[in-house]
Amino acid sequence: MSPAFYIWGAYGVTFVALALEVVFLARRAKKCERATMSSAAK
Amino acid sequence: MNTTVRWFRFSSPQTFFPLAGTIARWCALGAVPLAVAGLYVGFLVAPTDAQQGEVYRIIFIHVPAAWMSMFIYLVMAGWAALGLAFNTRLSFMMAQALAPTGAIFTFIALWTGSLWGRPTWGTYWVWDARLTSELILLFLYLGFMALHAAIDDPRRADRASALLAIVGAVNVPIIYYSVQWWNTLHQGASVSLTKAPSMAAAMLTGMLLMALAAWLYSIAAALVRVRCIIRERE
Repeated sequence: MSPAFYIWGAYGVTFVALALEVVFLARRAKKCERATMSSAAK
Repeated sequence: MNTTVRWFRFSSPQTFFPLAGTIARWCALGAVPLAVAGLYVGFLVAPTDAQQGEVYRIIFIHVPAAWMSMFIYLVMAGWAALGLAFNTRLSFMMAQALAPTGAIFTFIALWTGSLWGRPTWGTYWVWDARLTSELILLFLYLGFMALHAAIDDPRRADRASALLAIVGAVNVPIIYYSVQWWNTLHQGASVSLTKAPSMAAAMLTGMLLMALAAWLYSIAAALVRVRCIIRERE
């Protein structure tokens, strides 16, 4: 295997893992905000 | 005295909520240019390693991830201990918010280490002390989150998982000193506060920039998560 396989394998998975965390976190934050707004409106 | 009082004011989740938002925003904004600068130095400025060739560039993500995995665990255990000692809700929330980010960095450290190990050691995995104790750290993070999720009453879940976090903290010095205490395949510490760096200045700069970016990212992620937890629980 060429070094590129190991380097991109390391950086690629890191990027995907952190991107997934950011996406899930953003979705959770949005969901919480919406729930707070709707309970405040009631 | 007044300063002390002001600090205690932020132990209330409601007071901490807007402050966490502001800090998270600034940390997220700081993490991006630092990561870009770290990657630029790591890939375009740092020279090729004489022994390992190009594959050593995994160091710019592996070492910061490994540092963060241990540091986040210690901070998490610290918050858990504060929660148990003073019965402060925010401390338990902070511990809960740090765990997923710590688990991700532990996974990244293991994954990148494995991909670095294959071309340099000839194997993806070996059951040596450093690798095994880091794997135990991942299980501790996962155990902390699973235990918290398994108990319905949040206050009981906080206390049980806090206890696990504190007991598990004994694993962090084991990880750190494992390369000195045992004869391991893993190399010794890359950077030491007491010794001059053994790597080129550009390599060290790239690694430190990436470590700073990982720090700011972790703070931002944990604070955004704690804001969600505050909203969900309060």
